[in-house]
Amino acid sequence: MKLGKVTGKVWATAKDPKLNGVTLYVMQPIDESGKALGTELIAVDTIGSREGDIVFWVGGAEATFAFPGRQIPSDVTIVGLVDRLDIHGT
Amino acid sequence: MILCRVVGSIVSTIKHDSYKNTKLLIVRPITPEGVLKSGTMVAVDTVGAGEGNTVLVASEGRAAMEIMGFAARQPLRSVVVGIVDHIERGHGAS
Repeated sequence: MKLGKVTGKVWATAKDPKLNGVTLYVMQPIDESGKALGTELIAVDTIGSREGDIVFWVGGAEATFAFPGRQIPSDVTIVGLVDRLDIHGT
Repeated sequence: MILCRVVGSIVSTIKHDSYKNTKLLIVRPITPEGVLKSGTMVAVDTVGAGEGNTVLVASEGRAAMEIMGFAARQPLRSVVVGIVDHIERGHGAS
């Protein structure tokens, strides 16, 4: 899993039916200091994120397993909201 | 697995059910010599690792499923599976 910051919301009306009902966000992957890492990604949200939130997300096949009994065609899925980051000794 | 150093931890209340009651660490990949590399990751601790520890991180969903004891695949892939005491490098290392 990796850290990210939610930077926008995506509306897409025409999409794969398996993506119906999911919320899509623009998310910037970041490091532990908040610095951007690579390109912004579009992520499926599972926790009710909002713009500006720091989150952690999962990529790859695991991104498809967020909803019980249903696989979603996502490769980036937000799975947790970061309340606080405690960073030491770097 | 990849070699990482624990650089911090996360407090998270709202998260996917598969992360309930887990300890979440922030880790950075390192070289065997201990030099930090880029690519900050979030990993679930299962071995009692803490700040500054050199750890082994498995980042594959099937491995995570086995370690976490999940009955089905979950959106969780990075798990701290060991704390490294010492690395010995043979003469073959470049």
